[in-house]
Amino acid sequence: MKIIIQTEDFDVSTELHLLRKDLPGIGGINIFVGTVRDVHQGDVVAAMELEHYPGMTEKSLQDIVEQAKKRWDVLNATIIHRVGKLYPTDQIVLVAVASTHRGDAYSACEFIMDYLKTAAPFWKKETTPDGSRWVDARTSDEERLKKWQ
Amino acid sequence: MNQVRIRFFASIKEALKTDYLELELPQALHTMQDLRVHLAARSSLWAEVLGPNKQIRVAQNHEMVPMDTRIEAGAEIAFFPPVTGG
Repeated sequence: MKIIIQTEDFDVSTELHLLRKDLPGIGGINIFVGTVRDVHQGDVVAAMELEHYPGMTEKSLQDIVEQAKKRWDVLNATIIHRVGKLYPTDQIVLVAVASTHRGDAYSACEFIMDYLKTAAPFWKKETTPDGSRWVDARTSDEERLKKWQ
Repeated sequence: MNQVRIRFFASIKEALKTDYLELELPQALHTMQDLRVHLAARSSLWAEVLGPNKQIRVAQNHEMVPMDTRIEAGAEIAFFPPVTGG
């Protein structure tokens, strides 16, 4: 398992290679990459600043992966989440889950992202033509959790 | 004697202009909610930012907990808005 918080960008192909290394039992990998959009709630977003809670962030992501492992056949997983200043089209987050079969890889990846969105302590502040503003949490993210309860 | 460390993040940190403080817990304070009310009494600004109508999450020792959770001795407590990562 690999869980990293970093300011630098990541290379999906490199991470995929590392995720699969020495694990011939893997039959499927599901990858989610979140990116910065240039428009949010109708406003042009010029940049975004991501803050987190060092220590708690890593622990919460570890907990989420552990929960996923209890529910699905997860052979390996990688989570990389960027913090600091980001711009439209930049990659924000990578969640990659390797499993014996695709069904478990799909579900575990979606589960991890849904919980990351509501439980991992990250906050986005975006810069628009009207100034900077903190992004509000969406109730739809909470709604999605019901799927897993 | 119960000294706790309190951290603030994101919009709450910015509004309070405070990211960290240490506090000797008064004996009457038992839960996160008690602490929130205690902090809100510091000034009108703190009352506004930590008010009951505000969506606030709290963590104890790096774990998100309900507001009625009991404060543990020497805990690191954090107040922050709902998270928006991913």
